[in-house]
Amino acid sequence: MNPDQSFSPVVATELRELLTNALSSFLPTSLVDPVVNVTIWLVVAVVVLVVVLFSMLYATWLERKIVGRIQDRYGANRVGPFGLLQPFADMIKILIKEDVTPTQAHRWVYNLGSMLIVPPALIVFSVVPVGMGLIPADLSVGVLFFMAVGATAVIPIFMAGWGSRNKYTVIGSMRAVAQIVSYEIPQVLAIVGVLVLAGTLSMQRVVLSQGPIHVEGVPDFPGVWFVFLQPIAFVIFLIATAAEIERTPFDVPEAESEIIAGYHTEYAGIKFGMFYLAIYFLTIAAAAFGTVMFLGGWQPPISQLSFIPGWIWFFGKALLFILLFMWLRGTLPRLRVDQMMEMCWKVLVPVGLANVFTTALVGKLTYEIDASPAMVFFGFALTNVLLLAVAVWLVSRWRSKRSNQGLRFEEPVVTESAV
Amino acid sequence: MADNWGFVAVFTLIALGFPILAFAMSWLVRPHRSGPIKNSTYECGLETRGDAWVQFKVQYYLFALIFVVFDIEVAYLYPWAVAYNRLPLFALFEMTIFIGLLAVGLVYAWRKGALKWA
Repeated sequence: MNPDQSFSPVVATELRELLTNALSSFLPTSLVDPVVNVTIWLVVAVVVLVVVLFSMLYATWLERKIVGRIQDRYGANRVGPFGLLQPFADMIKILIKEDVTPTQAHRWVYNLGSMLIVPPALIVFSVVPVGMGLIPADLSVGVLFFMAVGATAVIPIFMAGWGSRNKYTVIGSMRAVAQIVSYEIPQVLAIVGVLVLAGTLSMQRVVLSQGPIHVEGVPDFPGVWFVFLQPIAFVIFLIATAAEIERTPFDVPEAESEIIAGYHTEYAGIKFGMFYLAIYFLTIAAAAFGTVMFLGGWQPPISQLSFIPGWIWFFGKALLFILLFMWLRGTLPRLRVDQMMEMCWKVLVPVGLANVFTTALVGKLTYEIDASPAMVFFGFALTNVLLLAVAVWLVSRWRSKRSNQGLRFEEPVVTESAV
Repeated sequence: MADNWGFVAVFTLIALGFPILAFAMSWLVRPHRSGPIKNSTYECGLETRGDAWVQFKVQYYLFALIFVVFDIEVAYLYPWAVAYNRLPLFALFEMTIFIGLLAVGLVYAWRKGALKWA
């Protein structure tokens, strides 16, 4: 099988034949191909949009249910059975809410901020592979495209905060920018560890390199999920991703106990709805990306399970990721802004750099001596234990520094005379 | 390959059109009754004092500067990572020097206290 052929969407191939036959009867030959292409792109785009929107609506429902249960409540249970229609009720409510534009706001920046927050969160889905041949666009630089487009979400956030001209929003957006750009570094360093082993930037090829399903002509090293070869990188990726999408415990930019709602304090109605949408889109995108990079994407864990279709594996794994984020939200308290920034630069970045280096070293050495899979695993187990030791040392060093500065609550000293 | 970028272009247009459609739908069905009090800055029931566009803590800018250095490094790591399997053993030493230089830079910033949020 030609690798590039197998990547083109299976459904699209049939649709293409059908359309070409139908159109060639009344269109000039030179026009048939472009028209067919654009039609297929539009159909695929609408399908992707609907799937993402539907996932987003039910992610909000799931989050309210799960966080509710963690906090000993029922969560949404009034609209429809088990509250299943709640997302639609919310949608209608957000649509018919009155819009308020503060007088002091910079109107253009304020309005554009809420409009531009959604597109980057949507565009990243165009490179997410859901199954063999089920990828909207298999770009050869898919991973880079995903990271680059996802990173532009920081600009509308700053536009929103600054354009609102409110003290809370400005503080919130400054925090958001600092947090998002800082945590991008460990996130990318964790990804580079995987890319060194996979040797490609195409999302589909990254998936193909880590499972029992192969395509002729595509490298299939190492054949297992990268989470087993790069566990430390996976943990760094999880922490950095939670910070990138501003989920608890990293929701410092919208800490409601200090700065109301952060950068979207001044937004109401549909404009607030855009921020709400974007945050959930980004959560789902991050779950999909983590699944592709570390959990084998649509690959089954062993070849005996390959009778289950790939998209079921993919959505199952992505759902696990989303559930993990929700669990964290229900469990952990919010970090302070200084803890958050120092955690990134003093722990995650050094460990991430060390991980890139050791991965390259072990990868090259095992390749040079033509090592057996067992030896490769042993090498990576060894380096990851070393990295874990470095991480523990960095964290303990950092914590003891902080407590020496007297930032911890001291026990009250009770003297004789006071008693 | 051109097919793929064509899809990305179409999907980008749809993604840009999505908020416009949502805004238009909301504009049609929502009430339009604004007033000076309703449009005032959000504050805890009080009048706001002073401007919100003020000078900001310098720490944010320090982190931004360090970020720029490391982000460019990471941009160089992508092509290296992809070509890694095809490179000779010598490329590993070159990379060691590159990562080493940045690690020294990080240690320098750390020592100088640029990474301290206080």
